[in-house]
Amino acid sequence: MCNIKFIDELKISPIEIVNLSTKINNNLILDNISFEILDKSITAILGPNGAGKSVLLQTINGLVPILKGKITFNSEETSEVIRKKQAMVFQTPTLLRRSVLDNMEFINKINKETNISDAKILLKKVGLDDFYNHPARLLSGGEKQRLSLARALLLKPKLLLLDEPTTNLDPYSLKLIEDLILEESIKGTSIILTTHDMAQAKRLASNIIFINKGKVLEQTEAKVFFRKPVTNEARKYLAGEILL
Amino acid sequence: MNILLEAFQQSFDLVFNFDKDLFEILFLSLRVSLVSLLLSCLIGLPLGTILAIKNFWFRDSILIIFNTMMGLPPVVVGLIVYIIISRSGPLGWMGILYTPTAMIIAQMILIIPIIVSLSAQIIEEIQLEYKNLFKSLVISSQDAVKAYLFDARYSILTVMLAGFGRAISEVGAVIIVGGNIDHLTRVMTTSIALETSKGNLSLALALGIILLLIALTVNFLLIRLKITAKRRSYV
Repeated sequence: MCNIKFIDELKISPIEIVNLSTKINNNLILDNISFEILDKSITAILGPNGAGKSVLLQTINGLVPILKGKITFNSEETSEVIRKKQAMVFQTPTLLRRSVLDNMEFINKINKETNISDAKILLKKVGLDDFYNHPARLLSGGEKQRLSLARALLLKPKLLLLDEPTTNLDPYSLKLIEDLILEESIKGTSIILTTHDMAQAKRLASNIIFINKGKVLEQTEAKVFFRKPVTNEARKYLAGEILL
Repeated sequence: MNILLEAFQQSFDLVFNFDKDLFEILFLSLRVSLVSLLLSCLIGLPLGTILAIKNFWFRDSILIIFNTMMGLPPVVVGLIVYIIISRSGPLGWMGILYTPTAMIIAQMILIIPIIVSLSAQIIEEIQLEYKNLFKSLVISSQDAVKAYLFDARYSILTVMLAGFGRAISEVGAVIIVGGNIDHLTRVMTTSIALETSKGNLSLALALGIILLLIALTVNFLLIRLKITAKRRSYV
């Protein structure tokens, strides 16, 4: 019981990334990057395809090993307890070969603090309350992404990592997901998301991190970034030009 | 054509007159095949799971060996088991030659590679699919394995049915180690071989028809399972 209380009260932001480098298949993906994610903020990571946005999220989540540097969560190095307070929504949702409700129940078995009624409340929020017994893998793209987000929220995370959560979604799914992200942020969850949708970044993010070729080129407030980007690369990116 | 009609007539007579000998043979066939399947699954499924989820340096070599063993000629297996359990063999002291136990062992050697190779393939596929999600959720490897096996249950069932199909229709190994002894080790396939050698073709064919019906039922179940699993997108 004491342990559960401790985990629940655990604060994992601000997140500091110091001189971080990662390699995948011998290719340097993140090259000595440093920045800070503020507590209870929504931070959008922007950058062209192949810039290293997804790898950055995966490194924060502990899926990709750190080659050099460190990531600290409220001054603590990552641990199993800290990782259990994070939830990640992948660009391509990975759903278990089970029904919609059973996908949520799987999380309930891991996270003993939640139960079936929490799962049903979240499914209602994401508009999947009529799909309890529907095979999860037969949902449409938007429904899969909404289920994936509901499953992540069931973990009651302190840090929510969203890898292009609304790519190719219809306006209904997009609005539902954005509303949930904002609601979660108001509750005090720190959120980091990657997106190519500039309008979405403007709507949601308080801070922007712009990366290109594995390097952080800008970290600033969203309104400052969109009004007056500092680097030539960011200006080109916002203008829709190819970054070489 | 006559012989076929006669065989159908005879198979009906045998089944519907509840021929004692036929049912004894049938039950022994089912018992030997089901027990060997069950034991093969107890060995093969954990082995297949380990090969799917663990990375060790000779893993690929083991998989290649099991894949090759899927095509083992039953007579060769029968011969090897015979040499091992015959009175002069290393396990001759057990005295199991010409018993159903010997037949079960021979069938297990034929089924285990099927269970290992196919279950490893299925679990590896599901593991690759779930890997990042489970890592992100920080779930224990024990819980992960439980989830792989549960979510692969339909595919594993089809593997088991394939193993059963191999066992029930096998003749070469069981005739060598079982000896086709009446009321002791005579099963469907060995009876067919015996009746054919005696020139009793219609009885052999009648037994063949019954055996085919069993195989047909197994295949029907297999296809139904696959359809259900596909419809629910569980495979």
